[in-house]
Amino acid sequence: MTDASYQTAPLPGAPSDASGALLAADGTPLKQRLRQAMKVSRRRAFLLVAPLLVFILASFVVPIVALLLYQGAYNDTYEARMPASTALLQQWDGVSEPTEEMAAAMVADLAAARESKEIGKVASRVNQELSGTRSLMTKTARRAAKMEPPYLAALIDRDKDWADIETWGAMKLASTSLTPAFYANAIDMKYMPDGSFEDQEEQRQIYVSLFVRTLLVSGGVMIACIFLGFPVAYLIAHLPARKANLLIILVLLPFWTSLLVRTTAWIAMLQSQGVLNDMLVFLGVTSDDSRFSLIYNMTGTVVAMTHILLPFMILPIYSVMKAIPPSHVRAAKSLGATDWTAFWRVYFPATIPGIGAGGLLVFILAIGYYITPALVGGSDGQLISNAIAYHMQRSLNYSLAAALGGILLLGVLVLYWLYDRIVGIDNMKLG
Amino acid sequence: MSSLPPYASTGQKVWHYTFLVICALIFIFLITPILIIAPLSFNAEPYFSFTDGMLSFDSEAYSLRWYQDIAQNGMANPDQPTSWPLFWEWLWKGLSPFHTAPPSFYTDMWENAQWIRAMRNSFFIGFFATIIAVTLGTLAAIGLSRSEMPARGLIMSVLISPLIVPLVVTAAGMFYFYSNNFNPSSWLLGNEEADRWILAQTYLGVILAHAALGTPFVIITVTATLVGFDKSLVRAGASMGAGPAQTFWKIQMPLILPGVISGGLFAFITSFDEVVAVLFLAGPEHRTIPRQMYSGIREQISPTILAVATILVILSVILLATLELLRRRSERLRGMSPS
Repeated sequence: MTDASYQTAPLPGAPSDASGALLAADGTPLKQRLRQAMKVSRRRAFLLVAPLLVFILASFVVPIVALLLYQGAYNDTYEARMPASTALLQQWDGVSEPTEEMAAAMVADLAAARESKEIGKVASRVNQELSGTRSLMTKTARRAAKMEPPYLAALIDRDKDWADIETWGAMKLASTSLTPAFYANAIDMKYMPDGSFEDQEEQRQIYVSLFVRTLLVSGGVMIACIFLGFPVAYLIAHLPARKANLLIILVLLPFWTSLLVRTTAWIAMLQSQGVLNDMLVFLGVTSDDSRFSLIYNMTGTVVAMTHILLPFMILPIYSVMKAIPPSHVRAAKSLGATDWTAFWRVYFPATIPGIGAGGLLVFILAIGYYITPALVGGSDGQLISNAIAYHMQRSLNYSLAAALGGILLLGVLVLYWLYDRIVGIDNMKLG
Repeated sequence: MSSLPPYASTGQKVWHYTFLVICALIFIFLITPILIIAPLSFNAEPYFSFTDGMLSFDSEAYSLRWYQDIAQNGMANPDQPTSWPLFWEWLWKGLSPFHTAPPSFYTDMWENAQWIRAMRNSFFIGFFATIIAVTLGTLAAIGLSRSEMPARGLIMSVLISPLIVPLVVTAAGMFYFYSNNFNPSSWLLGNEEADRWILAQTYLGVILAHAALGTPFVIITVTATLVGFDKSLVRAGASMGAGPAQTFWKIQMPLILPGVISGGLFAFITSFDEVVAVLFLAGPEHRTIPRQMYSGIREQISPTILAVATILVILSVILLATLELLRRRSERLRGMSPS
């Protein structure tokens, strides 16, 4: 019933005002009451969702945004502990000779930072900009309290690196709290003291190739899942219900088994003394002393990830196939199509939505994989997530980890948006 | 595909059986790794592979030592006397509020054995994470499936996002957020008071993280059940004088319960299986089973891990069976024939 029908066709005997609009029992126009009621029920629906929304925003969205935007682009480790030199370094143009005034501020800051036992953090921060400066900083700070003017000479006397303009450039970069340096670093670029960007040195260009490798592995896993998942889904969709149910349970069993268990199982299967190699030796495919190395490398990562993600591919394809009327293929055949033509021209196009849904989901999940590459990837099977974890836990370069994570997240969100456009998140099914 | 028509040509027959063989191979790929760990976990030798003795079914080559290791590894004094009467006494006194359990082999095991501790942590964290996820998730799913819900698509995609965002990014964000005073508690309470609210390396931090990771599953399963829910039942209840609370608990809840339970199982298994957040957020005393397995695989790889894995597989078979029963019940309730 539309709004208009209330006004144009009042029920006989229903209360209405002078203009003919229907009135509710309390005398207000019915239209207004309806709007109020809708507002109340909208608010009710929202209130049901609100607790979870607040929880997810506070414990999930805000921490991630805080990490990626704040820590990835803002690092005040230097500025907070070395205020005097920061002020002068910010005014310095990055090319002219460092002044005595800067040196004096530097010495005072170093002495203070050593006094408060914070020099280690500052030194690590500068070291991120120019490797080798950590020891320079700590070494100089140890003497800073006793240094006499002229300070620039005293610094150079302590270590001749202080005469190098590059050292001061690194200080200037470190003292800039709001900096694109980490994001630049994450795409193998370098932010220079004069504000320009340059390519990273050859041997330090690792992240772009790591991103590319992650995309390639995810793509490979996705394609492997499509080729392995399609026949299985087809089989299950065309079996009588009872047998199909049994096979679905076989597909779901790996899905419900712990990730760690499956990774462990693949180690037992693929290692050089493992089940598969034993079988190959037994069958005479290879000899005992030339066993294949199938794990702790890229092969191990791809095989284990394919196994883990395969159910995510089978289930969407299966549910799409289930909905394809068998009469379509029969019609094609009755019109003279061969088995292959009927399949390829009629059946297969109808399964594309399922392949798309499963493929995107597998790709999205594969891009962020961490545990499996860490355990079975060896050195050449590591993905971008492993680099993020490395910088979070080992090198403690949180800002670089945040920048790498930011780029990864951006990629995933684009894919997620695509998934929502193509498949719709409402259609995401679990078994 | 189920059966060949009698008029099938030779080519069709060949293709039919080739296809079946391909499918069988894929199923072998799916299932073998999971089945292979069970016999390997009974290995008498500390290897991950079948020994010659195992292949010739020599009973000497099999043992339960790795299962014993699960129970005892890490105990202060594994050589104390053990027996069933002692165990029952310990259990009885431990459970009763008036006694404290006598210190014994079993107390030692309960308190110190690494895997037992990990198991306790896993269940503790999983239990509370599930409670939070199910409560908030079910409410939200009910709200989301109302047609009046404003900005439905946007809110839904925010609520599902924990499933999509790479775990490392999530865990790193939470770690950074939870270990700094930079979280809202410091603005509300001031820095000193907020120090007590640092959530990194606490149970609460891990529980909150796991609850956030589990909610998408609850939303998806409960929303799916609500699609088949007939809203006129609630209206019928209301027209007979039942309040909103009564219609919810007496009419809606029993009908969507299978979805809620399977969402809860998903949330629990998510928490029970989660390593990355635990790696980042938990301290050494909060190690869960997967965390213990992770360091086991990285550091000293011993068949104990296979024994644990076997137990976990049995656990997931039980969970899967429960889910299947729930699914059938739900279909029956909705009047669909059980397939």
